[in-house]
Amino acid sequence: MTVLAGWYAAHSKLIDQVGLDALLALSLSISLQAGQLALAQAAFMGVAAYVSAILALNAHWPLFPAMLAAALCSTIVAGLLALPVRRLRGIFLAIATIAFGEIVRIVANNLAISGGAEGLSGIPPDATTPWIYGTLAVVALGLWLFSRTKFALAVALVREDENAARGVGVDVGFVRFTTLAIGGGIAGLAGALYAHSNFFITPADFGFGRMEQILVWCVIGGITSPLGAAAGAALLTILPEAIRFLADYRDFVNGAILLVVVLFAPRGLAGIRFGRRP
Amino acid sequence: MVGQQLVNGLFLGAVYALFALGYTLVFGVLDILNLAHAAIFMLAAFATWSLLGAGVPLLLAAPIAIAGAGLLGILLDRIAFAPLRRRNAPNLIALISSIGMAIIFGAIARGIYGPDERRFTLDFLQAAPFQVGPLTFTAVQLVILANAVVFMVGLGWVIRATPIGRSIRAVAEDRIAAALLGVDLERTIAATFFIASALGGLAGILTALQYNSVQVDMGSQIELKGLAVIVLGGMGSITGAVIGGFIIGMVETLAIVFGLSEWRDAISYGVMFLILILRPTGLFGKRSLRTA
Repeated sequence: MTVLAGWYAAHSKLIDQVGLDALLALSLSISLQAGQLALAQAAFMGVAAYVSAILALNAHWPLFPAMLAAALCSTIVAGLLALPVRRLRGIFLAIATIAFGEIVRIVANNLAISGGAEGLSGIPPDATTPWIYGTLAVVALGLWLFSRTKFALAVALVREDENAARGVGVDVGFVRFTTLAIGGGIAGLAGALYAHSNFFITPADFGFGRMEQILVWCVIGGITSPLGAAAGAALLTILPEAIRFLADYRDFVNGAILLVVVLFAPRGLAGIRFGRRP
Repeated sequence: MVGQQLVNGLFLGAVYALFALGYTLVFGVLDILNLAHAAIFMLAAFATWSLLGAGVPLLLAAPIAIAGAGLLGILLDRIAFAPLRRRNAPNLIALISSIGMAIIFGAIARGIYGPDERRFTLDFLQAAPFQVGPLTFTAVQLVILANAVVFMVGLGWVIRATPIGRSIRAVAEDRIAAALLGVDLERTIAATFFIASALGGLAGILTALQYNSVQVDMGSQIELKGLAVIVLGGMGSITGAVIGGFIIGMVETLAIVFGLSEWRDAISYGVMFLILILRPTGLFGKRSLRTA
């Protein structure tokens, strides 16, 4: 038991990070399951991180209500984003959502309430490991229940063939809206937990680099599989620590793994029909 | 003041345009977004810095680095895109493999050069600016302008009047029809990557000279700005990339005039977002891109 406690004490930061990254991967995997490459997860995460940090710092809200309020906000933001981009597909959706993400980051960079470029500090570090993994478990359970509903079938159908989905009466717009909003909510939970486990947040934490990371996890794990996405996040969060001795070259290993998966293990990716060709 | 800022916007726009031309060429020919473009932009700047450090004069170092960037583009295609093409993978998978290559290029540069900023010790960078009427110019700005004009006119000529340019246009129009008519697809794609990446490398060298700074993450801003440019100009359109580059450059410097310098990036991305929603074909795109 003491061995376990000692191991936890030495690695608790990394363990928490694995849980947060898995949540983020899950949040992106929802819209990927509907065949939408919407790349604003980092922004949803950022919105929620700031909301929960501001509620904690200015109004002394405890973690749980702050987290729920933050996730509600990021869900609304994701839903609002879903409306104007509803007719964009493939690469155009990707670019539009990247632009949106950058705008959110720049807004956080310039507002007084978000602390400008320096961000916010002194956030109570009360998002402990049980909180993070408890949230992850609830989200995973929710997604599992979701996967057994008829709606999940509609999601898969929209991914595979939008016109066929329409043909059998699936409301494609509703599927796209809902998956983006749910993904925004989950990213928000991750963002709030991130803020409350890091003591301080800055706009740079929620930029395009973070978004790329989340996408990479999902691709490595298999785009259409939430479990794979979470496993991909865990793998790629632990790996850089495990190969620390490679120092500056560990990114090289990350990039190489991504490339090898994309080039040689297309199985996980083969099912989806992204892109513009019918 | 406004005149001076417009001139500054012209130079910023010239670099944006050169960079975005690389994006738009690859997108036009292959329908893929090459997110390793900004890494090649950065590597060319480092290559120039290293060659200068080895005693090679700039007039030789820059062309070598530009040609090297072009060859790196061909290598990028062979590693990251050609295998996907062979198995007809969805275009967005290529986007992801280009992210993989960008990570690898960045890691190599960080491994060799570390995170520190590098500076040039070139005399003309220190030369005093000169006045033309009410406007001030620096020597670097003239270098940027001369290169931008030469390379843009040159590109226009290559695309319009040479056999390889004809092939590039044919493949961009309809890849299958071009192949049926005897166009060598792989050769055309290699040429496209060479030209695109050489232009990206040139943009990187000019940016490094302008700010007298070479850094591993120097491409992170222009990576997304370049997207704004091709979205505004129309994705795949060469004219659009040039005009779009100058517009975005001007808009960003005008934002400074109006006291919005902290918001200038948001303005570019806002334009990008609105164009995608209201007019996804941009200014010069002709294909109907909205229903993909």
